Amino acid sequence: MTEFAFLIPLLPLFAFAMIVFFLRWNEKVASGFSIAMILTSWVMSVWILFETIARDGAPYEIFFHLTSFAALNFEVGILVDPLTAIMLIVVTTVGSCVQIYSLGYMHGDPRFSRFFSYLSLFLFSMLGLVLANNFFMIFIFWELVGLTSYLLIGFWFEKKSAADAGKKAFITTRIGDLGFIVGLLLIGTYCQTFNYQGVFQALGDGVMPAGVLTMAAIFLFCGAVGKSAQFPLHVWLPDAMEGPTPVSALIHAATMVAAGVYLVARSMNVFVHSADASLVVAIIGITTSFIAATIALVQNDIKRVLAYSTVSQLGYMIMALGLYGVDTAHGHHSPGFYAGTFHLMTHAFFKGLLFLGAGSVIHAVHTNDIQEMGGLWKKMKITAPAFCIASLSIAGIPPLAGFFSKDEIVASTHGHPVFYVLTLAVAFMTAFYMWRLCFLTFFGKPRDEHRYEHAHESPKSMSYPLAFLSLLAIGAGWVGIPGLPGIGEFAFHAEPYHTHVDVLGMLIATTVGLSGIILAYFVFYKKAIDADKVAERFRPIHTFLLNKWYFDELYDLILIRPIMAIGRFLWTFDARVVDGIVNGAAWLTMLWSDAKMWFDKWIIDGAVNGAGWIVRKSAAGMRYMQAGQVQFYALFVLLMIVIFGIAKIFVNNWWPLLVALFAGGALLLGFTARRSGDDDSAAGAYEAEK
Amino acid sequence: MGILSSLILIPLVGMVVVMMLPKDNKWAARWTATVFSAVPMVQTIWLTWDYFFTKRDMSGLASSLADTMAYVEGPFEWIPSLNIQFYVGADGLSVPLLALTGLLSLISILASFGIKERVKEYFAFFLLLEAGMMGVFVALDFFLFYVFWEIMLVPMYFLIGVWGGPRKEYAAIKFFLYTLFGSIFMLVAILLLYFNTEPHTLNILTHIENGSSLPYVLQMVCFIFFFIAFAIKVPVWPFHTWLPDAHVEAPTAVSVILAGVLLKMGTYAMLRISWPMFPDALQSLALWIAVLGGIGIIYGALVSLAQKDLKKLVAYSSVSHMGYCMLALAAYNSAQAISGVMFQMVSHGLLTGGLFLLVGVLYDRAHTREIAVFGGLGVKLPIYTSIMVFFSMASLGLPGMSGFISEFMVFVGAFGASSVHPYMPYITGISVLGVVLGAAYLLRMVQRVFLGPFDMSKWGGLTEMNIREYVTVVPLMVLTLWIGMYPKPLNNLVSATLENLMEYMAR
Repeated sequence: MTEFAFLIPLLPLFAFAMIVFFLRWNEKVASGFSIAMILTSWVMSVWILFETIARDGAPYEIFFHLTSFAALNFEVGILVDPLTAIMLIVVTTVGSCVQIYSLGYMHGDPRFSRFFSYLSLFLFSMLGLVLANNFFMIFIFWELVGLTSYLLIGFWFEKKSAADAGKKAFITTRIGDLGFIVGLLLIGTYCQTFNYQGVFQALGDGVMPAGVLTMAAIFLFCGAVGKSAQFPLHVWLPDAMEGPTPVSALIHAATMVAAGVYLVARSMNVFVHSADASLVVAIIGITTSFIAATIALVQNDIKRVLAYSTVSQLGYMIMALGLYGVDTAHGHHSPGFYAGTFHLMTHAFFKGLLFLGAGSVIHAVHTNDIQEMGGLWKKMKITAPAFCIASLSIAGIPPLAGFFSKDEIVASTHGHPVFYVLTLAVAFMTAFYMWRLCFLTFFGKPRDEHRYEHAHESPKSMSYPLAFLSLLAIGAGWVGIPGLPGIGEFAFHAEPYHTHVDVLGMLIATTVGLSGIILAYFVFYKKAIDADKVAERFRPIHTFLLNKWYFDELYDLILIRPIMAIGRFLWTFDARVVDGIVNGAAWLTMLWSDAKMWFDKWIIDGAVNGAGWIVRKSAAGMRYMQAGQVQFYALFVLLMIVIFGIAKIFVNNWWPLLVALFAGGALLLGFTARRSGDDDSAAGAYEAEK
Repeated sequence: MGILSSLILIPLVGMVVVMMLPKDNKWAARWTATVFSAVPMVQTIWLTWDYFFTKRDMSGLASSLADTMAYVEGPFEWIPSLNIQFYVGADGLSVPLLALTGLLSLISILASFGIKERVKEYFAFFLLLEAGMMGVFVALDFFLFYVFWEIMLVPMYFLIGVWGGPRKEYAAIKFFLYTLFGSIFMLVAILLLYFNTEPHTLNILTHIENGSSLPYVLQMVCFIFFFIAFAIKVPVWPFHTWLPDAHVEAPTAVSVILAGVLLKMGTYAMLRISWPMFPDALQSLALWIAVLGGIGIIYGALVSLAQKDLKKLVAYSSVSHMGYCMLALAAYNSAQAISGVMFQMVSHGLLTGGLFLLVGVLYDRAHTREIAVFGGLGVKLPIYTSIMVFFSMASLGLPGMSGFISEFMVFVGAFGASSVHPYMPYITGISVLGVVLGAAYLLRMVQRVFLGPFDMSKWGGLTEMNIREYVTVVPLMVLTLWIGMYPKPLNNLVSATLENLMEYMAR
């Protein structure tokens, strides 16, 4: 069956294509086909898991050559190793549950078929992502899950908030992808391959200088920071809750957001070469975990609490992986890798369950605000227990799934006291806010009678998946029980690692979780402590947390506004300066040509015309000399004599003067002739002819 | 007559035929133009097919540059006293661009069926334009090249100036003069080369082979002069400001041709002429070319972010996308980068062509392109919206579509080209920002036009695309997906020629 693993992603792709082109007009057939495909993929995944176990975890790789650009080969291929096999199970299981659940949840939506086609497209991308055998291909699917996430967050795109959230998610994750791309460029440049094994081998051979390797690892991690909503790019995930709840469960809780963790786990062999990069990973992880947990304490939107919880748990996994890298780089053993990937699996189940449960609640009461809920346990006999099981699981109560994986997370902080303390603090907060959620939603008196009256248990298509996931939220961790025929140990490990039993550690972790629940019980069930008074007492902190540490406002101030302003400025700059230079050059040319035209008209042509004009006018004057009027002749002669006489007395050289006077007189006469309307007819005729 | 000559001649014949048609018969003009552009398209498909399956390995084996031309016609004596020849040829560099020209010309003519005024003249000009474009991509003689390069300005000038938008005269004159301004430099460079070879020749291939033996100063002068001419066409920042005006004012189909083919002539000419011809100058200036490319990427994207007009947004996105080409062209000794240029050229032709067509579809119905007046169109026009999202996603570089593989090749190539200049990785690293900004301006546009609440009273009358409009965009979608998912054929199509050219660039 492993040879056919490539079919696992292709089946949902087939479903997508079939729905888009043929089946979308029939909602039942479309959704049924989609579910059939993912169930087939699920069966294959289970089969492949067993085959992988039978192979003793030996990786199975198959690829074909896509194209090469010079020495760099691009391949399409699949790699099935234990990590992939487990991820396949996680994705197909949650994917199947969510699709079945969506039958009920999305019932009556005008874009019902489209929803299933998007879900199928997402599952194709996600399954492709986990099966990829090289960095180039994982990046392709990485972007495709981003696309489907965008489409599904904005599924109800008429709602402005949903459209905004989709855009925010895409762009924010893309900022992380920038780093991913640069990381890929570094890897491609130095290793001349993108194949996982090839890259790891090349790095082992030391093709990359240590400093560059640290950079490459951190850049790769940037991708994970974006996708897994880690600080400082975590801001998109809570907004992504604008999408339909099944989408939140599948994409924004169980699978896609875990892709970042998967990427770090997958490229662990890069990180183990650099303790510095791994430390960065661990610090980002625990910082995220802590920030998100504090915000989750005070939120009132049921989905947002879960979203911050997701961010926080993902931070846990990232931290564990980072600490594994640190320890390994220093030559110590660490359960971090096991912890991170194991928690990734259990978290997918219980967080998927929590979201589906929340969806069921929202479906029943038509609000997201937990302050308007309460007492729903009586109305929702399946949803409520399922939700509470998941909450116990995430709080790390034995023997539920979360207990085992969280215990490993805590164990991975061994030797790192700061991480240890913060991890326990987060565990305490997690238990507290999850049970705050449970108590406010399902217990106590209904705070909104009207909503309570209309509440009802969801249809079977929704409650059965809840029940099924509850089983996993309880039992999925048992594979990690030490001494059992080490499925967990095998599944999450390339190298042998013995799960040790640290009873004291377990006790501490469990106590912390329990005390969180107990505190929540006293505050929100017994009302022994008034939550409002506490909030009042710590008003600044409460406001700070309620506003999510003001990250959105900060980014708006330091990123979005400046970039938009720069864009507008550059546009003006473009029109005024860059284009201004062009237009200015054109204007100068025009000016120059105008000047030339003026010069041409008045100076060059003016000289020509002027000469003609002078001749014409003087000719007009001189006409009188031949007009045959004797009086005029006499006057002329008289004038001449007088002038000559005067000239002879005062001027020696009188010839030029004579000419000047002659011409002047003729001109004068010419003018008088014109003024009297007696224009020279020859010139007039010439003008007319022209 | 050879196939390359006929690629030029058939549209010219078409032009004459269209001009002789009766003035009132619009359908006759439309369909005649369609037929006369469909024939070259079929020819270019055949050419691509033939080149791919029978000729493409020739380039690798050839000893002289003339032998690498898989298809050669000429040289025929034309003006013997000046040693001007009719000499055309095609290799792996021209073939994909010829195919792109053939396809986009037909698509544009189909998209022009909505033209109502002076239909005959419109299609006549369009066919003349097609002839000029084909000519540029096959000319191997400088004189011929220059003639084709210039002849396109005439129909373009009228197509914008007569059938354009409100500021059409300004845009047309600006486009015409700006390009002409660049061409003068090209002419001077050509003359410099002509008089510096003995015997005087205008044969491009001969000049490429002799180029590296030219004195350094002459190389620099010619390189820069050619660069100005080509950079205006690309357009490289800061020579780009004719583009938004021309694109916005031009009718839809002309924008498609402008963005899809004309811009590629600049990058094509760089690869064909100035890059292999002046290797020393190229080496000296590579860093600055990369810097201009990087600025173009970021600057174009940021300015796109501020646009209020759909078409202007697409126009500025072209500045950004052609910046990728320039960045990669700077990395002249990297096979990945140079392949990336070819990929980006083809991909940008398909994607921006598609985007302009789609903007045109909306403009035809709504009579406005103002982004702010729309909203929620996805409710009323689901298919149109899907197609627009498809092209936007492709344009922002989503994997599986052609934009991604192109950008990725560009980045890989330019990043690894530290042998060109040690700063190349850093310039590339900064240019990667364009990926995020690209997502930002495209998604912002998608969100504001297609998502959000829908105003039924205002836009309730909009209708979905019609068959003719589907016919124009679907081929582009198919090719986008094909190149994105299976880039091997295109890569194989161009790689032998590019490797050969790179030997000349890296002399």
